Amino acid sequence: MIVGTLAIAATFSILVTTTIVIVLARETWGFFHFPDVSVGEFFGGLEWNPLLGSEKHFGIWPLVSGTLLVTVIAASFALPIGLVTSVYLSEYASPRVRATLKPTLEILAGIPTVVYGFFALTLITPLLQKISPAFGSYNAMSAGLATGIMILPIVCSLSEDALRAVPRSLRDGALALGGTKFDVSVKVVVPAALSGIVAAFLLAISRAIGETMIVALAAGGIAQITANPTAEVQTMTAYMVQIFLGDAPATGVEYKSSYAVAAMLFAMTFVLTMVGQYILRRFREEYE
Amino acid sequence: MQIESTPPSPGTGAPQHGQHVRQFMAVPGAPSPVATPTAIAVRGFSSWYGSFQALKSLDLDIPSQQVTAFIGPSGCGKSTFLRWINRMNDTIPSARAEGSLQLNGVDLLEKNLDVVDLRRRVGMVFQKPNPFPKSIYDNVAFGPRLHKHYTRAELDELVEQSLRQASIWNEVKDRLQASALGLSGGQQQRVCIARAIAIGPEVMLMDEPCSALDPKSTLAIEELIETLADRYTIVIVTHNMQQAARVSDQTAFFFEGRLIESGSTEDIFTKPKNKQTEDYVTGRFG
Repeated sequence: MIVGTLAIAATFSILVTTTIVIVLARETWGFFHFPDVSVGEFFGGLEWNPLLGSEKHFGIWPLVSGTLLVTVIAASFALPIGLVTSVYLSEYASPRVRATLKPTLEILAGIPTVVYGFFALTLITPLLQKISPAFGSYNAMSAGLATGIMILPIVCSLSEDALRAVPRSLRDGALALGGTKFDVSVKVVVPAALSGIVAAFLLAISRAIGETMIVALAAGGIAQITANPTAEVQTMTAYMVQIFLGDAPATGVEYKSSYAVAAMLFAMTFVLTMVGQYILRRFREEYE
Repeated sequence: MQIESTPPSPGTGAPQHGQHVRQFMAVPGAPSPVATPTAIAVRGFSSWYGSFQALKSLDLDIPSQQVTAFIGPSGCGKSTFLRWINRMNDTIPSARAEGSLQLNGVDLLEKNLDVVDLRRRVGMVFQKPNPFPKSIYDNVAFGPRLHKHYTRAELDELVEQSLRQASIWNEVKDRLQASALGLSGGQQQRVCIARAIAIGPEVMLMDEPCSALDPKSTLAIEELIETLADRYTIVIVTHNMQQAARVSDQTAFFFEGRLIESGSTEDIFTKPKNKQTEDYVTGRFG
Protein backbone atom coordinates (compact mmCIF):
# COMPACT_ATOMS: atom_id res chain seq x y z
CA MET A 1 0.00 0.00 0.00
CA ILE A 2 2.68 2.48 1.08
CA VAL A 3 5.07 1.23 -1.58
CA GLY A 4 2.27 1.53 -4.13
CA THR A 5 1.54 5.14 -3.19
CA LEU A 6 5.20 6.04 -3.34
CA ALA A 7 5.60 4.29 -6.68
CA ILE A 8 2.62 6.22 -8.10
CA ALA A 9 4.12 9.50 -6.89
CA ALA A 10 7.45 8.63 -8.49
CA THR A 11 5.81 7.51 -11.73
CA PHE A 12 3.78 10.71 -11.81
CA SER A 13 6.82 12.97 -11.94
CA ILE A 14 8.40 10.86 -14.66
CA LEU A 15 5.11 10.86 -16.61
CA VAL A 16 4.85 14.63 -16.42
CA THR A 17 8.39 15.08 -17.67
CA THR A 18 7.87 12.61 -20.49
CA THR A 19 4.58 14.27 -21.48
CA ILE A 20 6.25 17.68 -21.65
CA VAL A 21 8.99 16.34 -23.87
CA ILE A 22 6.46 14.59 -26.12
CA VAL A 23 4.31 17.73 -26.49
CA LEU A 24 7.44 19.74 -27.21
CA ALA A 25 8.55 17.26 -29.85
CA ARG A 26 5.12 17.04 -31.49
CA GLU A 27 4.65 20.81 -31.74
CA THR A 28 8.20 21.24 -33.01
CA TRP A 29 7.50 18.60 -35.63
CA GLY A 30 4.37 20.55 -36.60
CA PHE A 31 6.39 23.75 -36.91
CA PHE A 32 8.82 22.23 -39.37
CA HIS A 33 5.91 21.23 -41.64
CA PHE A 34 4.89 24.81 -42.39
CA PRO A 35 5.73 25.82 -45.96
CA ASP A 36 7.83 28.84 -44.89
CA VAL A 37 10.02 26.72 -42.65
CA SER A 38 12.95 24.42 -43.25
CA VAL A 39 15.24 22.60 -40.88
CA GLY A 40 18.18 23.89 -42.86
CA GLU A 41 17.19 27.49 -42.37
CA PHE A 42 16.38 26.94 -38.69
CA PHE A 43 19.87 25.68 -37.92
CA GLY A 44 21.71 27.50 -40.71
CA GLY A 45 19.95 30.84 -41.04
CA LEU A 46 21.31 33.96 -39.43
CA GLU A 47 18.07 35.94 -39.41
CA TRP A 48 15.13 35.62 -37.05
CA ASN A 49 12.19 37.66 -38.24
CA PRO A 50 8.89 35.82 -37.82
CA LEU A 51 6.53 38.74 -37.21
CA LEU A 52 7.32 41.76 -39.32
CA GLY A 53 7.75 42.29 -43.02
CA SER A 54 6.51 40.24 -45.92
CA GLU A 55 9.20 37.60 -45.72
CA LYS A 56 9.50 35.54 -42.54
CA HIS A 57 12.87 34.19 -41.43
CA PHE A 58 13.40 31.43 -38.91
CA GLY A 59 17.14 31.13 -38.27
CA ILE A 60 17.68 30.29 -34.60
CA TRP A 61 21.16 31.81 -34.14
CA PRO A 62 20.19 35.40 -33.32
CA LEU A 63 18.11 34.12 -30.40
CA VAL A 64 20.88 31.72 -29.29
CA SER A 65 23.33 34.59 -29.53
CA GLY A 66 21.14 36.81 -27.34
CA THR A 67 20.79 34.05 -24.77
CA LEU A 68 24.52 33.35 -24.75
CA LEU A 69 25.44 37.03 -24.45
CA VAL A 70 23.20 37.53 -21.42
CA THR A 71 24.43 34.23 -19.93
CA VAL A 72 28.09 35.08 -20.42
CA ILE A 73 27.61 38.48 -18.75
CA ALA A 74 25.71 36.87 -15.88
CA ALA A 75 28.30 34.13 -15.46
CA SER A 76 31.32 36.45 -15.59
CA PHE A 77 29.69 38.45 -12.82
CA ALA A 78 28.29 35.68 -10.62
CA LEU A 79 30.84 32.87 -10.85
CA PRO A 80 33.94 34.71 -9.55
CA ILE A 81 32.03 36.66 -6.90
CA GLY A 82 30.10 33.56 -5.90
CA LEU A 83 33.23 31.46 -5.56
CA VAL A 84 35.08 34.08 -3.52
CA THR A 85 32.04 34.54 -1.30
CA SER A 86 31.71 30.82 -0.72
CA VAL A 87 35.41 30.51 0.19
CA TYR A 88 34.98 33.39 2.61
CA LEU A 89 31.86 31.84 4.13
CA SER A 90 33.32 28.38 4.44
CA GLU A 91 36.92 29.13 5.45
CA TYR A 92 37.13 32.60 6.96
CA ALA A 93 33.80 33.84 8.28
CA SER A 94 33.14 33.55 11.99
CA PRO A 95 30.07 31.52 12.89
CA ARG A 96 28.23 34.75 13.67
CA VAL A 97 28.96 36.33 10.29
CA ARG A 98 27.97 33.12 8.54
CA ALA A 99 24.74 32.99 10.56
CA THR A 100 23.76 36.36 9.06
CA LEU A 101 25.18 36.06 5.56
CA LYS A 102 23.91 32.64 4.61
CA PRO A 103 20.20 33.32 5.33
CA THR A 104 20.55 36.67 3.55
CA LEU A 105 21.78 34.89 0.47
CA GLU A 106 18.95 32.44 0.71
CA ILE A 107 16.43 35.29 0.88
CA LEU A 108 18.06 36.62 -2.29
CA ALA A 109 17.36 33.25 -3.89
CA GLY A 110 13.68 33.53 -2.97
CA ILE A 111 13.00 36.88 -4.66
CA PRO A 112 10.70 36.46 -7.71
CA THR A 113 12.69 37.10 -10.86
CA VAL A 114 10.22 39.71 -12.10
CA VAL A 115 11.50 41.88 -9.26
CA TYR A 116 15.03 41.51 -10.60
CA GLY A 117 13.67 42.51 -13.98
CA PHE A 118 12.30 45.79 -12.64
CA PHE A 119 15.49 46.24 -10.66
CA ALA A 120 17.44 45.98 -13.91
CA LEU A 121 15.13 48.34 -15.75
CA THR A 122 14.80 51.03 -13.10
CA LEU A 123 18.21 50.92 -11.39
CA ILE A 124 20.91 49.08 -13.34
CA THR A 125 20.08 50.50 -16.77
CA PRO A 126 20.02 54.16 -15.61
CA LEU A 127 23.33 53.57 -13.79
CA LEU A 128 24.86 52.05 -16.93
CA GLN A 129 23.58 54.99 -18.98
CA LYS A 130 25.36 57.34 -16.59
CA ILE A 131 28.58 55.44 -17.21
CA SER A 132 28.19 55.40 -20.98
CA PRO A 133 25.51 56.89 -23.21
CA ALA A 134 25.97 53.92 -25.55
CA PHE A 135 23.62 51.85 -23.40
CA GLY A 136 20.07 51.87 -24.71
CA SER A 137 17.00 51.71 -22.50
CA TYR A 138 17.05 48.00 -23.23
CA ASN A 139 20.45 46.32 -23.26
CA ALA A 140 22.12 42.96 -22.71
CA MET A 141 24.41 44.25 -19.95
CA SER A 142 21.64 45.29 -17.62
CA ALA A 143 19.73 42.04 -18.07
CA GLY A 144 22.98 40.05 -17.71
CA LEU A 145 23.95 41.75 -14.46
CA ALA A 146 20.49 41.27 -12.98
CA THR A 147 20.57 37.61 -14.02
CA GLY A 148 24.01 37.37 -12.43
CA ILE A 149 22.64 38.72 -9.16
CA MET A 150 19.83 36.21 -9.42
CA ILE A 151 22.13 33.19 -9.82
CA LEU A 152 24.67 34.44 -7.25
CA PRO A 153 22.97 32.69 -4.30
CA ILE A 154 22.96 29.38 -6.20
CA VAL A 155 26.71 29.63 -6.87
CA CYS A 156 27.48 30.68 -3.29
CA SER A 157 25.28 28.20 -1.57
CA LEU A 158 26.19 25.12 -3.63
CA SER A 159 29.91 25.95 -3.74
CA GLU A 160 29.94 26.51 -0.02
CA ASP A 161 28.31 23.11 0.51
CA ALA A 162 31.04 21.56 -1.63
CA LEU A 163 33.79 23.39 0.28
CA ARG A 164 32.41 22.43 3.66
CA ALA A 165 32.19 18.80 2.57
CA VAL A 166 36.01 18.73 2.31
CA PRO A 167 37.14 16.83 5.40
CA ARG A 168 38.69 18.82 8.20
CA SER A 169 41.60 16.39 8.24
CA LEU A 170 42.80 17.78 4.89
CA ARG A 171 42.81 21.31 6.27
CA ASP A 172 44.69 20.12 9.35
CA GLY A 173 47.20 18.31 7.17
CA ALA A 174 47.93 21.42 5.13
CA LEU A 175 48.08 23.68 8.20
CA ALA A 176 50.49 21.28 9.90
CA LEU A 177 52.81 21.56 6.89
CA GLY A 178 53.11 25.28 7.53
CA GLY A 179 50.39 26.45 5.17
CA THR A 180 48.64 29.73 5.87
CA LYS A 181 44.88 29.86 5.87
CA PHE A 182 45.03 31.22 2.34
CA ASP A 183 47.32 28.38 1.20
CA VAL A 184 44.96 25.88 2.73
CA SER A 185 41.88 27.41 1.10
CA VAL A 186 43.33 27.93 -2.36
CA LYS A 187 45.69 24.97 -2.70
CA VAL A 188 43.81 22.25 -0.85
CA VAL A 189 40.17 23.00 -0.12
CA VAL A 190 39.12 24.54 -3.46
CA PRO A 191 40.87 21.87 -5.57
CA ALA A 192 39.39 19.14 -3.38
CA ALA A 193 35.91 20.59 -3.84
CA LEU A 194 36.36 21.31 -7.54
CA SER A 195 33.83 18.83 -8.86
CA GLY A 196 31.13 20.25 -6.60
CA ILE A 197 32.07 23.80 -7.53
CA VAL A 198 31.94 23.06 -11.26
CA ALA A 199 28.55 21.39 -10.78
CA ALA A 200 27.35 24.51 -8.96
CA PHE A 201 28.60 26.66 -11.83
CA LEU A 202 26.83 24.56 -14.44
CA LEU A 203 23.57 24.56 -12.52
CA ALA A 204 23.77 28.34 -12.17
CA ILE A 205 24.50 28.71 -15.90
CA SER A 206 21.51 26.51 -16.73
CA ARG A 207 19.37 28.80 -14.64
CA ALA A 208 20.76 31.84 -16.43
CA ILE A 209 20.07 30.31 -19.84
CA GLY A 210 16.50 29.54 -18.88
CA GLU A 211 15.86 32.86 -17.11
CA THR A 212 12.83 34.58 -18.63
CA MET A 213 11.34 37.52 -16.78
CA ILE A 214 14.53 39.53 -16.39
CA VAL A 215 15.45 39.34 -20.05
CA ALA A 216 11.86 39.86 -21.20
CA LEU A 217 11.77 43.11 -19.21
CA ALA A 218 15.31 44.46 -19.55
CA ALA A 219 17.06 42.99 -22.59
CA GLY A 220 14.73 44.21 -25.29
CA GLY A 221 13.18 42.59 -28.34
CA ILE A 222 15.56 42.77 -31.28
CA ALA A 223 16.83 39.36 -32.33
CA GLN A 224 20.35 39.98 -33.55
CA ILE A 225 23.73 38.33 -33.53
CA THR A 226 25.99 40.54 -31.49
CA ALA A 227 28.58 40.47 -28.74
CA ASN A 228 27.99 44.09 -27.85
CA PRO A 229 26.69 44.36 -24.27
CA THR A 230 25.23 47.82 -24.85
CA ALA A 231 22.96 46.49 -27.59
CA GLU A 232 19.36 45.40 -27.33
CA VAL A 233 19.03 41.63 -27.76
CA GLN A 234 16.25 39.11 -27.69
CA THR A 235 16.82 35.80 -25.96
CA MET A 236 15.09 32.52 -26.69
CA THR A 237 12.96 32.80 -23.59
CA ALA A 238 12.07 36.42 -24.24
CA TYR A 239 10.87 35.46 -27.71
CA MET A 240 8.56 32.83 -26.26
CA VAL A 241 7.11 35.36 -23.84
CA GLN A 242 6.49 37.74 -26.69
CA ILE A 243 4.62 35.08 -28.66
CA PHE A 244 2.56 33.72 -25.81
CA LEU A 245 1.57 37.19 -24.66
CA GLY A 246 -0.72 37.24 -27.66
CA ASP A 247 1.04 38.78 -30.59
CA ALA A 248 0.40 35.71 -32.73
CA PRO A 249 -2.60 33.49 -33.55
CA ALA A 250 -2.39 30.05 -31.86
CA THR A 251 -2.40 28.16 -35.14
CA GLY A 252 0.10 30.26 -37.04
CA VAL A 253 3.68 29.52 -37.85
CA GLU A 254 4.94 32.22 -35.43
CA TYR A 255 3.11 30.57 -32.56
CA LYS A 256 4.45 27.14 -33.43
CA SER A 257 7.97 28.51 -33.84
CA SER A 258 8.17 29.12 -30.09
CA TYR A 259 7.95 25.37 -29.58
CA ALA A 260 10.95 24.84 -31.77
CA VAL A 261 12.81 27.52 -29.81
CA ALA A 262 11.75 25.81 -26.58
CA ALA A 263 13.02 22.47 -27.88
CA MET A 264 16.36 24.08 -28.71
CA LEU A 265 16.54 25.61 -25.24
CA PHE A 266 15.72 22.26 -23.71
CA ALA A 267 18.46 20.60 -25.75
CA MET A 268 21.01 23.20 -24.60
CA THR A 269 20.25 22.92 -20.88
CA PHE A 270 20.01 19.15 -21.22
CA VAL A 271 23.52 18.95 -22.66
CA LEU A 272 24.78 21.24 -19.92
CA THR A 273 23.20 19.05 -17.25
CA MET A 274 24.75 15.94 -18.77
CA VAL A 275 28.17 17.61 -18.84
CA GLY A 276 27.67 18.56 -15.18
CA GLN A 277 26.77 14.99 -14.26
CA TYR A 278 29.79 13.70 -16.11
CA ILE A 279 32.15 16.12 -14.38
CA LEU A 280 30.68 15.25 -11.00
CA ARG A 281 31.22 11.55 -11.61
CA ARG A 282 34.56 11.86 -13.31
CA PHE A 283 36.27 14.20 -10.85
CA ARG A 284 34.60 13.31 -7.59
CA GLU A 285 37.16 12.45 -4.93
CA GLU A 286 36.12 9.81 -2.46
CA TYR A 287 37.14 10.39 1.12
CA GLU A 288 35.73 7.25 2.70
CA MET B 1 63.91 10.29 45.88
CA GLN B 2 65.71 7.40 44.27
CA ILE B 3 66.71 7.89 40.73
CA GLU B 4 68.01 4.80 39.07
CA SER B 5 70.31 6.16 36.48
CA THR B 6 73.90 6.28 35.53
CA PRO B 7 75.06 9.84 35.29
CA PRO B 8 76.52 10.55 31.91
CA SER B 9 80.22 9.96 32.16
CA PRO B 10 82.19 12.93 31.00
CA GLY B 11 83.83 12.55 27.65
CA THR B 12 81.49 10.00 26.12
CA GLY B 13 79.61 12.72 24.30
CA ALA B 14 76.28 12.09 22.64
CA PRO B 15 74.84 8.62 22.99
CA GLN B 16 75.31 6.21 20.13
CA HIS B 17 72.28 5.22 18.21
CA GLY B 18 70.66 2.10 19.55
CA GLN B 19 72.12 2.63 22.96
CA HIS B 20 69.05 3.61 24.92
CA VAL B 21 69.75 6.07 27.60
CA ARG B 22 67.72 4.99 30.54
CA GLN B 23 67.15 8.21 32.31
CA PHE B 24 64.27 9.83 34.02
CA MET B 25 62.76 12.75 32.31
CA ALA B 26 61.61 15.51 34.57
CA VAL B 27 59.79 14.40 37.63
CA PRO B 28 57.28 16.99 38.80
CA GLY B 29 59.03 19.40 41.12
CA ALA B 30 62.46 17.99 40.57
CA PRO B 31 64.14 18.57 37.24
CA SER B 32 66.37 15.58 36.81
CA PRO B 33 69.56 15.20 34.86
CA VAL B 34 69.15 14.13 31.24
CA ALA B 35 71.71 12.45 29.09
CA THR B 36 70.51 13.79 25.76
CA PRO B 37 69.72 17.42 25.12
CA THR B 38 66.14 18.37 25.76
CA ALA B 39 64.18 19.27 22.66
CA ILE B 40 60.93 20.24 24.28
CA ALA B 41 60.80 21.58 27.81
CA VAL B 42 57.47 21.78 29.58
CA ARG B 43 56.96 23.55 32.92
CA GLY B 44 53.71 24.13 34.75
CA PHE B 45 51.78 23.73 31.51
CA SER B 46 47.99 23.84 31.71
CA SER B 47 45.42 24.22 28.96
CA TRP B 48 41.71 24.75 28.65
CA TYR B 49 38.90 24.35 26.14
CA GLY B 50 36.58 27.12 27.28
CA SER B 51 36.09 26.43 30.97
CA PHE B 52 37.12 22.78 30.74
CA GLN B 53 40.68 22.23 31.90
CA ALA B 54 42.17 19.59 29.61
CA LEU B 55 45.74 19.62 30.97
CA LYS B 56 46.81 20.28 34.52
CA SER B 57 50.24 21.65 35.29
CA LEU B 58 52.51 19.36 33.28
CA ASP B 59 56.26 19.19 33.79
CA LEU B 60 58.20 17.19 31.25
CA ASP B 61 61.39 17.14 29.24
CA ILE B 62 61.25 15.51 25.84
CA PRO B 63 64.76 14.50 24.76
CA SER B 64 65.88 15.19 21.24
CA GLN B 65 66.41 12.40 18.72
CA GLN B 66 64.56 9.86 20.75
CA VAL B 67 61.07 8.44 20.55
CA THR B 68 58.82 9.60 23.34
CA ALA B 69 55.44 7.90 23.70
CA PHE B 70 52.39 9.44 25.35
CA ILE B 71 50.06 6.80 26.71
CA GLY B 72 46.84 6.98 28.66
CA PRO B 73 43.11 6.33 28.33
CA SER B 74 40.94 8.27 25.87
CA GLY B 75 40.32 11.85 26.89
CA CYS B 76 43.37 12.03 29.15
CA GLY B 77 44.77 15.01 27.25
CA LYS B 78 47.68 13.40 25.41
CA SER B 79 46.49 14.41 21.93
CA THR B 80 45.59 17.87 23.20
CA PHE B 81 49.14 18.25 24.46
CA LEU B 82 50.58 17.03 21.17
CA ARG B 83 48.54 19.62 19.30
CA TRP B 84 49.99 22.39 21.45
CA ILE B 85 53.50 21.54 20.34
CA ASN B 86 52.78 22.70 16.78
CA ARG B 87 49.99 25.05 17.86
CA MET B 88 47.34 23.16 15.94
CA ASN B 89 45.04 24.11 18.78
CA ASP B 90 45.03 27.62 17.33
CA THR B 91 42.27 26.39 15.05
CA ILE B 92 40.03 25.90 18.08
CA PRO B 93 38.88 29.35 19.22
CA SER B 94 38.14 28.32 22.80
CA ALA B 95 41.56 26.69 23.39
CA ARG B 96 44.08 28.49 25.60
CA ALA B 97 47.15 27.55 27.60
CA GLU B 98 49.31 28.76 30.47
CA GLY B 99 52.74 27.84 31.73
CA SER B 100 55.87 27.29 29.76
CA LEU B 101 56.37 25.22 26.61
CA GLN B 102 59.70 25.59 24.86
CA LEU B 103 61.14 23.99 21.76
CA ASN B 104 64.93 24.33 21.80
CA GLY B 105 64.62 27.51 23.81
CA VAL B 106 61.82 29.08 21.75
CA ASP B 107 58.69 29.91 23.69
CA LEU B 108 55.85 28.17 21.83
CA LEU B 109 53.08 29.96 23.69
CA GLU B 110 54.14 33.42 22.68
CA LYS B 111 51.31 35.38 21.11
CA ASN B 112 53.37 36.67 18.17
CA LEU B 113 55.00 33.36 17.43
CA ASP B 114 55.25 32.68 13.70
CA VAL B 115 53.20 29.49 13.66
CA VAL B 116 53.92 28.94 9.96
CA ASP B 117 57.62 28.79 10.78
CA LEU B 118 56.97 26.62 13.84
CA ARG B 119 55.03 24.10 11.76
CA ARG B 120 57.92 23.86 9.34
CA ARG B 121 60.07 22.81 12.27
CA VAL B 122 57.49 20.46 13.74
CA GLY B 123 55.94 17.95 11.36
CA MET B 124 52.75 16.12 12.20
CA VAL B 125 51.25 12.79 11.23
CA PHE B 126 47.58 12.29 11.98
CA GLN B 127 45.43 9.48 13.28
CA LYS B 128 43.81 8.76 9.95
CA PRO B 129 45.93 8.99 6.81
CA ASN B 130 44.97 12.31 5.23
CA PRO B 131 46.71 12.57 1.86
CA PHE B 132 45.48 15.44 -0.31
CA PRO B 133 43.44 14.43 -3.35
CA LYS B 134 46.50 15.03 -5.51
CA SER B 135 49.23 12.87 -6.97
CA ILE B 136 51.76 11.17 -4.70
CA TYR B 137 54.41 13.56 -6.00
CA ASP B 138 52.31 16.66 -5.35
CA ASN B 139 51.49 15.44 -1.87
CA VAL B 140 55.14 15.21 -0.90
CA ALA B 141 56.06 18.41 -2.75
CA PHE B 142 53.20 20.35 -1.16
CA GLY B 143 55.08 21.56 1.93
CA PRO B 144 58.34 22.49 0.15
CA ARG B 145 56.44 24.41 -2.53
CA LEU B 146 54.75 26.50 0.14
CA HIS B 147 57.98 27.71 1.61
CA LYS B 148 60.51 28.07 -1.15
CA HIS B 149 60.93 28.07 -4.87
CA TYR B 150 62.62 24.88 -6.03
CA THR B 151 63.79 23.94 -9.47
CA ARG B 152 62.20 20.87 -10.95
CA ALA B 153 65.37 18.83 -10.37
CA GLU B 154 65.72 19.91 -6.74
CA LEU B 155 62.10 19.08 -6.09
CA ASP B 156 62.42 15.67 -7.76
CA GLU B 157 65.38 14.95 -5.54
CA LEU B 158 63.63 16.12 -2.39
CA VAL B 159 60.52 14.07 -3.14
CA GLU B 160 62.60 10.97 -3.78
CA GLN B 161 64.65 11.41 -0.60
CA SER B 162 61.54 11.98 1.49
CA LEU B 163 59.81 8.92 0.06
CA ARG B 164 62.95 6.87 0.61
CA GLN B 165 63.19 7.97 4.23
CA ALA B 166 59.54 7.03 4.68
CA SER B 167 60.35 3.55 3.27
CA ILE B 168 57.80 3.80 0.50
CA TRP B 169 59.91 4.83 -2.48
CA ASN B 170 60.14 1.35 -3.94
CA GLU B 171 56.39 0.88 -3.81
CA VAL B 172 55.47 4.16 -5.51
CA LYS B 173 58.43 5.15 -7.68
CA ASP B 174 56.66 3.99 -10.85
CA ARG B 175 53.44 5.85 -10.13
CA LEU B 176 54.40 9.16 -8.61
CA GLN B 177 51.82 10.94 -10.74
CA ALA B 178 48.99 8.64 -9.66
CA SER B 179 46.53 9.88 -7.04
CA ALA B 180 47.63 9.25 -3.46
CA LEU B 181 44.04 8.27 -2.68
CA GLY B 182 44.56 5.09 -4.69
CA LEU B 183 47.11 3.72 -2.20
CA SER B 184 46.32 1.41 0.70
CA GLY B 185 45.87 2.94 4.14
CA GLY B 186 49.35 1.95 5.28
CA GLN B 187 50.93 3.33 2.12
CA GLN B 188 48.92 6.54 2.47
CA GLN B 189 50.19 6.95 6.01
CA ARG B 190 53.79 6.52 4.86
CA VAL B 191 53.20 9.10 2.11
CA CYS B 192 51.90 11.41 4.84
CA ILE B 193 55.10 10.76 6.81
CA ALA B 194 57.15 11.51 3.67
CA ARG B 195 55.11 14.68 3.26
CA ALA B 196 56.07 15.74 6.79
CA ILE B 197 59.72 14.76 6.24
CA ALA B 198 59.90 16.88 3.07
CA ILE B 199 59.63 20.16 5.00
CA GLY B 200 62.73 19.20 7.00
CA PRO B 201 61.34 19.28 10.52
CA GLU B 202 63.27 18.88 13.78
CA VAL B 203 60.38 17.26 15.59
CA MET B 204 57.84 14.79 14.30
CA LEU B 205 54.51 14.53 16.10
CA MET B 206 52.50 11.39 15.54
CA ASP B 207 48.94 11.21 16.77
CA GLU B 208 48.05 7.51 16.93
CA PRO B 209 49.53 7.00 13.47
CA CYS B 210 48.61 3.31 13.30
CA SER B 211 45.13 3.30 14.80
CA ALA B 212 43.47 3.10 11.38
CA LEU B 213 45.88 0.51 9.94
CA ASP B 214 46.07 -3.25 9.74
CA PRO B 215 48.80 -5.16 11.66
CA LYS B 216 51.13 -5.48 8.68
CA SER B 217 51.03 -1.76 7.89
CA THR B 218 51.40 -1.04 11.59
CA LEU B 219 54.59 -3.06 11.67
CA ALA B 220 55.93 -1.17 8.66
CA ILE B 221 55.23 2.17 10.33
CA GLU B 222 56.79 1.04 13.61
CA GLU B 223 59.98 -0.02 11.85
CA LEU B 224 59.96 3.31 10.07
CA ILE B 225 59.63 5.20 13.36
CA GLU B 226 62.72 3.47 14.70
CA THR B 227 64.80 4.49 11.69
CA LEU B 228 63.46 8.06 11.82
CA ALA B 229 64.55 8.47 15.42
CA ASP B 230 68.12 8.81 14.14
CA ARG B 231 67.26 12.17 12.65
CA TYR B 232 64.16 13.47 14.36
CA THR B 233 62.78 13.97 17.79
CA ILE B 234 59.63 11.90 17.70
CA VAL B 235 56.62 12.23 19.95
CA ILE B 236 54.00 9.57 19.44
CA VAL B 237 50.56 9.30 21.01
CA THR B 238 49.35 5.73 21.16
CA HIS B 239 46.57 3.68 22.67
CA ASN B 240 48.50 0.54 22.04
CA MET B 241 50.74 -0.28 24.98
CA GLN B 242 52.71 -2.90 23.08
CA GLN B 243 53.42 -0.29 20.47
CA ALA B 244 54.68 2.16 23.07
CA ALA B 245 56.88 -0.56 24.52
CA ARG B 246 58.20 -1.52 21.08
CA VAL B 247 58.99 1.82 19.54
CA SER B 248 59.69 4.32 22.30
CA ASP B 249 62.70 5.22 24.41
CA GLN B 250 60.73 7.35 26.82
CA THR B 251 57.15 7.04 27.97
CA ALA B 252 54.83 9.50 29.65
CA PHE B 253 51.58 8.34 31.20
CA PHE B 254 48.67 10.76 31.19
CA PHE B 255 45.49 10.39 33.18
CA GLU B 256 42.61 12.88 33.43
CA GLY B 257 44.72 15.79 32.26
CA ARG B 258 47.65 15.10 34.55
CA LEU B 259 51.04 13.69 33.78
CA ILE B 260 51.13 10.82 36.24
CA GLU B 261 54.53 9.40 35.51
CA SER B 262 57.26 9.68 32.96
CA GLY B 263 60.59 8.00 32.43
CA SER B 264 62.36 5.47 30.33
CA THR B 265 60.00 3.10 28.61
CA GLU B 266 61.60 0.12 30.30
CA ASP B 267 61.05 1.55 33.74
CA ILE B 268 57.47 2.61 33.06
CA PHE B 269 56.59 -0.86 31.85
CA THR B 270 58.61 -2.99 34.24
CA LYS B 271 58.78 -1.03 37.47
CA PRO B 272 56.31 1.81 37.47
CA LYS B 273 56.37 3.78 40.67
CA ASN B 274 52.80 4.91 40.53
CA LYS B 275 49.88 2.56 41.19
CA GLN B 276 47.77 4.10 38.40
CA THR B 277 50.59 3.68 35.91
CA GLU B 278 51.00 0.08 36.93
CA ASP B 279 47.27 -0.61 36.61
CA TYR B 280 47.21 1.00 33.19
CA VAL B 281 50.27 -0.65 31.68
CA THR B 282 49.24 -4.04 32.99
CA GLY B 283 45.84 -3.58 31.38
CA ARG B 284 43.76 -3.32 34.53
CA PHE B 285 41.94 -0.27 33.23
CA GLY B 286 41.88 2.12 30.31
